Amino acid sequence: MSNNYLDIIRPGINTTFQDKGRDHLYHIGIPFSGAMDNRNYLIANKLVNNNLDSAVIEFAYQGPHIKYSGEKINFAVTGDVIFSIKKKDTETEGNCYESYQIENGDEINIISTNKSVYGYLALGGEFDLKFQWNSCSINTKANIGSNDGKKLDAGQRINLKKINSNKDTKKTNYINTKIENIRVIKGTNFDYFSEEGKKIFYEKEFTVSKLSDRMGMRLEGPKIDNIVNTNIKSEGLIKGVIQVPADGNPIIMLSDHGTIGGYPKIGVVASVDYDRLVQMSPGSKIKFKEINLSDAETLFKLYEMETQNLLSQI
Amino acid sequence: MIKNISNLGDAALYCDFGNEVNKSINSQVIKYFKTIKEKKFEGINNLTPSYNKLIISFDLKKTNFKEVKNYVENINAQDSKDINSKKLEIPVCCHENFSMDIKRLEEILKLSREKILENFLNKEYFCYMTGFIAGMPFLGDLDENMRAQRLETPRVKVPKGSVALTEQFANIYTFESPGGWNILGNTPLDVFDSSKEDKPNLINPGDTVIFKEITLDQYKNYNEQ
Repeated sequence: MSNNYLDIIRPGINTTFQDKGRDHLYHIGIPFSGAMDNRNYLIANKLVNNNLDSAVIEFAYQGPHIKYSGEKINFAVTGDVIFSIKKKDTETEGNCYESYQIENGDEINIISTNKSVYGYLALGGEFDLKFQWNSCSINTKANIGSNDGKKLDAGQRINLKKINSNKDTKKTNYINTKIENIRVIKGTNFDYFSEEGKKIFYEKEFTVSKLSDRMGMRLEGPKIDNIVNTNIKSEGLIKGVIQVPADGNPIIMLSDHGTIGGYPKIGVVASVDYDRLVQMSPGSKIKFKEINLSDAETLFKLYEMETQNLLSQI
Repeated sequence: MIKNISNLGDAALYCDFGNEVNKSINSQVIKYFKTIKEKKFEGINNLTPSYNKLIISFDLKKTNFKEVKNYVENINAQDSKDINSKKLEIPVCCHENFSMDIKRLEEILKLSREKILENFLNKEYFCYMTGFIAGMPFLGDLDENMRAQRLETPRVKVPKGSVALTEQFANIYTFESPGGWNILGNTPLDVFDSSKEDKPNLINPGDTVIFKEITLDQYKNYNEQ
């Protein structure tokens, strides 16, 4: 038995272990999974001196309340998150993008994400988790990954295999920027939609629906009219694909998406905007803006450079 | 052969083999899928074969559309060894507890429940591909008079084990998941087992599947035998 562990007092709404995800499995129907907001996942690990591909706890909206037992360890929270640290008789509010040291008996209470969806809790060490296909990412739909592929639950104990010897605490001044427009590349079925439908897609606002999760983001708004066929022969999907079923409401594929789909693809979200897209909470307004492939590639390169810069400064 | 290659977003190739659905086109797709999978091109992180398309996704940090396209265009797709295909019997219960869309199917197909089941059961279907959710087989072809479109608004939750139809295909929901197919029944069989990392799927492309009807009692007792 491990001497260092977490007890989950309150699990939060959708709390899972995530890492870089698993690849080369689309053909049998298993998506990437992995942290939804990759940049915040990497920063969380860096702040606690972990390898960048270590497992972290991802939460949505309300996070977990945990009690720690064991030797001293660092932790950090990333995202736009409100949380507190309880030590013996004091409870203080914590700051995101700053690592803290906790000791036996201390508690971390992640109250909520602020006008965003996902947040990350990293501990400076290694959780004792089951790996499936080289990843511990939990896919709750297929029950794959650590924790039997299920969300974390109240009363659970999570062991740590290892605690980092480097206990330097760190801080960075990152601010999660919101973007007005989500940039998209034309989809392979773009011409299935009426001229009016195409105009609506690029010019009107859509609202993120409550029926959104790690699999997909459903949007509501003016209907996008299909003039060719509301079904296509089922074919592969990737994350970011925007499908429009017969009811005219777009659905964006996210990290736990189905690997095959039969609704026409009007567009695909550019990789550069994925981390920010997944943070748009129900009720948020989305507007799409068309970009071409070469701009999308350049923008992603810049985004990736910025991520590496952020990490190197920590 | 690949008729056209285009981009699907900025991190995937969309290889189009045509619009028809038949075993001959499907086996071309599988041929490319297997060849590329074995060659392990740096940066390609997933391949999704379907009836007549192959989607190749890649890590935009390591490569890009132009490079992967060039690679695929110049590849010599090898005939893969014959797929080790199996013939499988899948028990299905079509009791009203499970056949959620039987009324809809009766209306669309203008056939009685009995006729629909008679047309569907005890026939051989070919597995073209697996996916959407882990292990879900796409089976074909249904008779012409059994073809219905997807639901207009997909269900948020389709029960695990649901056997469902759309157009010329049948499938099995290996997990509870969102989905828009017309649900005809339910199988008590586990069609996907993630504990078998090297062979998690019961049904694989190239296999033949026959649906055999079971009663509600047989369904309830199935996993206790």
